[in-house]
Amino acid sequence: MTELSVKPGKKSFFPYRIGLEPRMAQVSSWLPASLSLGAVVVALMIGALILALGGGNPWATYAHIARASFGSLGVLSDTLVKATPLIFIGLACSLAFRMRMWNIGAEGQFYMGAFGASAIVLLPVLPAEAPRWQFLILMAISGMFFGAIWGSLPGLLKAKFNVNEVISTLMLNYIAIAFCNFFIFNVWSEGGFQMSPKFPKNSWLPRLTDYASTVPEFAGLTTHAGFILAVLAAVVVWFILHRSKWGYEIRLVGDNKRAAEYAGIRISRNIVFVMMLSGALAGLAGMSEISGVVHRFQGAISPGYGFTGIIVAWLAKLNPYAVIPVSILFGALILAGREIQPSGIPKMIQGIILVCLIASDFFLRYRVRIRKQVEA
Amino acid sequence: MSKKVLFGLLTMMLVFALILVGCGEQDTPQAEEEAAAEEAPAEESVAGGFMIPEVVDGKFNIAMVLIGPHDDGGWSQAHYEGLMYVAENMDNVNTAYVELVPEGADSEQVTRSLARKGFDLIFTTSFGYMDATETVAEEFPDQMFIHVSGYKSNGSNFGNLMGAMEDMKYLAGVIAGARAHQDGQTKMGYMATFPIPEELRLGNAFALGMKEFCPECTMDVRWINTWHDPVIEKEAAASLFDSGAYVVFTGADTPAPADVATERGDVYGITYDWSGSCTAERCLTAPYWNWGSVYLQIAEGTRDGTYTAGWHYFDADSGGLGLYGFMEGQELTPGMQDLDPEVIAYVEETLAQMLAGEFDRFDVFAGPIMDNQGNIVVPEGEKMVQADLDQFPPGAEGLECTYCMYWWADGVTAELPE
Repeated sequence: MTELSVKPGKKSFFPYRIGLEPRMAQVSSWLPASLSLGAVVVALMIGALILALGGGNPWATYAHIARASFGSLGVLSDTLVKATPLIFIGLACSLAFRMRMWNIGAEGQFYMGAFGASAIVLLPVLPAEAPRWQFLILMAISGMFFGAIWGSLPGLLKAKFNVNEVISTLMLNYIAIAFCNFFIFNVWSEGGFQMSPKFPKNSWLPRLTDYASTVPEFAGLTTHAGFILAVLAAVVVWFILHRSKWGYEIRLVGDNKRAAEYAGIRISRNIVFVMMLSGALAGLAGMSEISGVVHRFQGAISPGYGFTGIIVAWLAKLNPYAVIPVSILFGALILAGREIQPSGIPKMIQGIILVCLIASDFFLRYRVRIRKQVEA
Repeated sequence: MSKKVLFGLLTMMLVFALILVGCGEQDTPQAEEEAAAEEAPAEESVAGGFMIPEVVDGKFNIAMVLIGPHDDGGWSQAHYEGLMYVAENMDNVNTAYVELVPEGADSEQVTRSLARKGFDLIFTTSFGYMDATETVAEEFPDQMFIHVSGYKSNGSNFGNLMGAMEDMKYLAGVIAGARAHQDGQTKMGYMATFPIPEELRLGNAFALGMKEFCPECTMDVRWINTWHDPVIEKEAAASLFDSGAYVVFTGADTPAPADVATERGDVYGITYDWSGSCTAERCLTAPYWNWGSVYLQIAEGTRDGTYTAGWHYFDADSGGLGLYGFMEGQELTPGMQDLDPEVIAYVEETLAQMLAGEFDRFDVFAGPIMDNQGNIVVPEGEKMVQADLDQFPPGAEGLECTYCMYWWADGVTAELPE
């Protein structure tokens, strides 16, 4: 038993003392979820204090934020649009992290996926008048392919030379963005501007607003088919992790690499394959963003999805299904960030939420015991 | 015992805090909404306050989308102050802004969200917002959308707005060239943002001005590929000074050239965009935007229904442009005070002509113009037209150009961007 707050042998200042015990038994399944929820609540309370100090009414602000993210069909649609790439990347990270492969390179894999998808339209691989299904299938395959290549590089380096994947994936982000910029600035630039020409409509993922002529309520709703694809991807990743032999191997390597090695699991091969699938998922996020939202190849297509996805995966405790609601929460947070100006305050609230969530992990691993101190 | 008292005190404080929090919650949501909306503009002026972009019923609601922070000391601040000018000089108006919005898909979402809230007039103030603004304008035909610095319009509720900054860049070039000539220097430096027609146009205008009093002057160019990055901008300015530049000017947002020049102490910088940007000791001058009067005109015209969205390109006579040191209530900067009076007189005279509408952007780009390869770009007696000023050959659809903006003026020691 550890005693953190009290020095041994000395009497505490307070009549109660707080002791910490590591949790030995399996925690009940509701604890992580309720802890995360509690952490968000605590974070919002701290945020409210800051808002009040900033001279505003925190409750009115929060009510406004909630309305601005979930309050109407229109903003809900915007939230789902923001959540879509986060789901893909959250899944990519969950998969890799489950094997303790710290893929910090989802941002780069996202960009490479966007590049791969754009190349189909811009090279062009398909003529502009090709049917939509051909475009979408080829773009998805190409996006996943380029994402997978970008993921496999650090995977191979790790498997062959034991290069730390945290460093290599992180560095490859910058290379991917520079690589894309080369094409944005030089090869596919439109009239000197840093964007490609707009893609033909039949290379766009279908959006709700495209059906506004039959369902008038859909006008202006930009939620696209990528969201459905992302939910399907979550199911697939869950099945891979929890119902397949390969998933068993991934989890075993993640839990105990040495035991996995003795069990005859080929770790190097798994490292490369997991990084490839992780990269392919992040690449698919890039494809879905390019084809569903941006409709052209340009810079600044990600407000840090690749990094937010890491937080999403962590918060979802690497559970593919939990990635979906967590992504929607973060999508809402990204949206809400626009609702308070200047932009410093919402960023700070997001930061506080993150810190509280990480801190709440502590309570998963330790049990807090409060005991009354015996009066001398 | 004292411990127990202390513990009790702490408990009391906690309870008190909770009561306070609870009280806040008791307000009805309706009252809160109104309070938030009412408070928002007022809080603007409070240091450390914040603002919620929300419409106020019964007022004319104007929103602005900004690429940088509203207090960036450059482009975005100039727009923000223009918005504040409208807020002060127009009755029954409510204003809001959203800052740090990336170009592309994000800007579409932000603009749509503002339109959904019901803002009557929305200014989007970065080049990359163009298509996003066009898309949203189509969905909200009853609201007005003005995009700054692009080249598109739908002729009804989506308009394009830009000003002839080349007028002021030309004059800044005159001053910089004269300064270098007088000090026995010959090199200028240009921190260009992106290889787009606008940046070539502004650089060329500066180079044409530079040659007026300094035929021996040359101009070097560095592409920095950003509109707003304080670190990169400083590095670029330092690199130009290192390579021998005597006066450095910028196409980006921060006052980096003047700051770096002041650190060096024996060179000059020219800032851009915002009238308050030229405060450093070695700041020579600043061509700047004065969006307020232009915005006010558009806002009032939109409310009255008299403003037609289209290609709105203003020259200096609109009052929308300024050259620091020469406008009303300003003094010459230390770097200009000992300049040859002939130069000052030339600048003042040309500026007066510009403000009177007798000298505009087409006069800046009137022939004969030579490029840095020795070719004639515009022959004697000819002038460029608008498409020539803002298009690379062959020009976007409907904006085909004959001379086009894909050349470097005589004296520029840089290659054309590919």
